[in-house]
Amino acid sequence: MLLQQLVNGLTLGAVYTLVALSFSLVMGLLAILNIAIGELFMLGGYLGFAVIAAHFPLAAALLIGMGGAALVALVIDKIGYEPLRQAPPITPLLSTIGFSIILQNVVTNVWGSDPLQLPSGLFDRRVHIGSVQIGVMQLVVIGVTVVLVASVALLIQKTAVGRALRAVSENREVARLLGVSADRITLFAFMLSGALAGAAGVLISLHYAAITPYIGVDTGLKAIAVMVIGGTTSVWGALIVGPLIGIAEVMTIAFGGSQMRDFVVYGLMIVTLLLRPQGLLGARSDSGQPV
Amino acid sequence: MSTYYAGLLADIGILVLGALSVYIILVTNQLSLGNAGFMAIGSYVASFLTAEQHWAVTPALIVAALTACVIGVIVGFPALRLKGIYLAIATLGFGEMVRSFFLVFTPMGGSGGYRGMPHVSLGYIWIWAAGILLLVTLLERSRLWLEMRAVHDDERAAGLVGINTTLTKVGAFGFGAAVAAIAGGLFAHHYIYIEPGNFDFQRSIDFVLAVILGGSTVGAGALVGAALLVLLPEWLRFLADWRLAAFGVMLILVLLTRPQGILDRPLLALLRLRRNRAA
Repeated sequence: MLLQQLVNGLTLGAVYTLVALSFSLVMGLLAILNIAIGELFMLGGYLGFAVIAAHFPLAAALLIGMGGAALVALVIDKIGYEPLRQAPPITPLLSTIGFSIILQNVVTNVWGSDPLQLPSGLFDRRVHIGSVQIGVMQLVVIGVTVVLVASVALLIQKTAVGRALRAVSENREVARLLGVSADRITLFAFMLSGALAGAAGVLISLHYAAITPYIGVDTGLKAIAVMVIGGTTSVWGALIVGPLIGIAEVMTIAFGGSQMRDFVVYGLMIVTLLLRPQGLLGARSDSGQPV
Repeated sequence: MSTYYAGLLADIGILVLGALSVYIILVTNQLSLGNAGFMAIGSYVASFLTAEQHWAVTPALIVAALTACVIGVIVGFPALRLKGIYLAIATLGFGEMVRSFFLVFTPMGGSGGYRGMPHVSLGYIWIWAAGILLLVTLLERSRLWLEMRAVHDDERAAGLVGINTTLTKVGAFGFGAAVAAIAGGLFAHHYIYIEPGNFDFQRSIDFVLAVILGGSTVGAGALVGAALLVLLPEWLRFLADWRLAAFGVMLILVLLTRPQGILDRPLLALLRLRRNRAA
């Protein structure tokens, strides 16, 4: 029972990790909060659903979900962020709220406000390890998350694009003087962030085999907490804190006190902001290790 | 006046107060995404006093405002350590904490909600809304407000010329929290039923949107923004299912063309000039 809940929590936590990473890519680079990420996550879920319902394989669902969300993220950057780059950081935050409203409305009109459900038996094959039953889909969720997080970390640490990303986040003007196209890097970060949120959406909707247009808000806020606790500028922080929060959440649902968990999660987030603003695993602000 | 318009007007009055609560804090360059939390506190305290202790509504609202003010000051102190987007995230967390607290706080109904408050009239709501708006407009001409704006423009320089920046910023939080609590108390006694879901993140966002749409540099902007936020989705009814999307598009357009909001000082001055000329 305990072990079973642990696996369930890990699955949920993997999704928090992906969405938190999606937030922190934009936050680490531009110090703005893209609220619409919650809705990109939701959109990814619906796209994945549609692809699976049309009898395409899981990989296609992931690709379409990620691609669709990345494309919308491109629009958000071009319309909602780039023209407002000189404005105070509140303004782009609000324009992303505008996009949230639009996305939620469009999805509700296209797919309806009632929860969509996948026909059962599609992904509920299970593996038995001792007394623990692990759904194949749970393994997929955890596996895909690990691969995605590792690729993002590699991309940021080892590639030219990653170096440019870190340079822009450290000092946009100097990076531009050195020949980095800051606008293009910003666009790249937005799209990568969208793709991650989209992937998380596909994974969670297939895991629960159900989706509603309103899943984005709760998951989004929770992922912001995961990002802060793990460190807004650290990839690895989200990887550890996401599963911790996921497990804590599943445990409190299983063993009572489920209403208290949000109180604790957001309390932890505030304490982190006050006492350790760089997050659990974040580097100190002076030894620049952004994103 | 039909009950339909009366309902809309009541919503506007309550939203004006919510927007002002954000505006007061924003004047010192602090963005609060958690004012629904202060609203919830005011709502529950006022409801407890009228429904359980049989107080009249007005003293209950005042005590609720004072309670929230104290909590606002308590929140304001740690908030001094945070700036910009991090402060916004922390206040967002505060709002969610308050909401989840009332979800488990069974003496006041928990997730089942709470009822039993007396109903207040539309006129009563607007006496409060107009009164606070007037108070803020008067304050805007005072030295205190100049000091708040100085903190907004350059905190360090403000401190150098002898402004107590700590007191100003914490005081703004206390004042804003009190106004949000009044909005909450009026909300509870208008709908005569409250539940924690009434005070979610969306509510905090509505307050901020009203300020930004209406005009974030003048108090009267809260009135314009609140009216727009309530009436626009009604006016867009001909778009049927797409009215929220249209609202989102309009929001983005306003942000792109007038980041300071619809109402600002030059526009106010222009309106005043016209009125004088007509007279």
